[in-house]
Amino acid sequence: MRRAAALLLAACLAAWFAAVPAKEAVPAAADPALEQRAMQLAEELRCLVCQNQSIADSHAELAIDLKQQIREQVKAGKSDGQVIEFMVQRYGDFVLYRPPFKTTTAILWIGPFVLLLAAVAALFAYLARRRRRSGVEGALNEDESARAAALLAAEPGDKP
Amino acid sequence: MKRFLVPLGIFVVLVGFLAAGLQLNPREVPSPLIDKPAPPFTLPQLADPQRGFSHKDMLGQVWMLNVWASWCVSCREEHPVLVELARSKVVPVYGLNYKDKRAEALAWLKQFGDPYALSVIDADGRIGIDYGVYGVPETYVIDKQGVIRYKRIGPVTREVLEAKILPLVRKLQG
Repeated sequence: MRRAAALLLAACLAAWFAAVPAKEAVPAAADPALEQRAMQLAEELRCLVCQNQSIADSHAELAIDLKQQIREQVKAGKSDGQVIEFMVQRYGDFVLYRPPFKTTTAILWIGPFVLLLAAVAALFAYLARRRRRSGVEGALNEDESARAAALLAAEPGDKP
Repeated sequence: MKRFLVPLGIFVVLVGFLAAGLQLNPREVPSPLIDKPAPPFTLPQLADPQRGFSHKDMLGQVWMLNVWASWCVSCREEHPVLVELARSKVVPVYGLNYKDKRAEALAWLKQFGDPYALSVIDADGRIGIDYGVYGVPETYVIDKQGVIRYKRIGPVTREVLEAKILPLVRKLQG
């Protein structure tokens, strides 16, 4: 009984694998080294249709077309820089996950550090102010110190 | 009193940023092609694939290039606006039929009306990539020198047409 079930399961699996067309696995660039380079480039580029994915990850039609473009250009002997330039010319710096540093992207690059510095400065200012205030309010004058010492020295249970 | 002012100030600034952020459309990516020459193409015409059409044929004229497809839902939304624009004969609109099937594209024009002076076939989307197309419909205004002066991503609405496209076209036609 058990064996029959296992056989049935195996048959089902085999049929399923046979029926699923290997659509994604088509290696358009026959040379694995070229394909790897193309995929590395595709990972550096943002897909414009689904903006949180790279072209390499995305299954959007445009991403598939752009992957094909990258493959063809890599195959044609274009350098990585030339392929990136091709994309930037058409879609702008927005497609780069690591955009270049220039006036339009300065806030993007420097902004977080400015915010961090401002937060650290605010923290130090707050701590300094608190220390100063506690120096004034927390310290005891001579009379108070004497009374505190007397209280501490007194026997437990005694009334001062 | 003062201790409430600082958090309140930070809160107001934050709300300001978030409100501004809500007004922005993340899908509208500024095109690097503005004020650059329109990418060259020579493509077969949709109505008669034996005949070609090239960007050079339009030098000396202000024209609009509208990227459309029969599978594109937003294209239906903007289509009446384009048909109306074509009727006014202010500016010729040319169609780039993007990654479509010819028979379906022709049927679509028959059903909804054909506002295009003519459409060209970009079956594999290569010219679309040259024009930085990533969401159909997209519309370009191209001047007499063949330079792209404006790009609209998404459907052309009456507001956009009145406020942006037509004033720019009139200025370019000079």
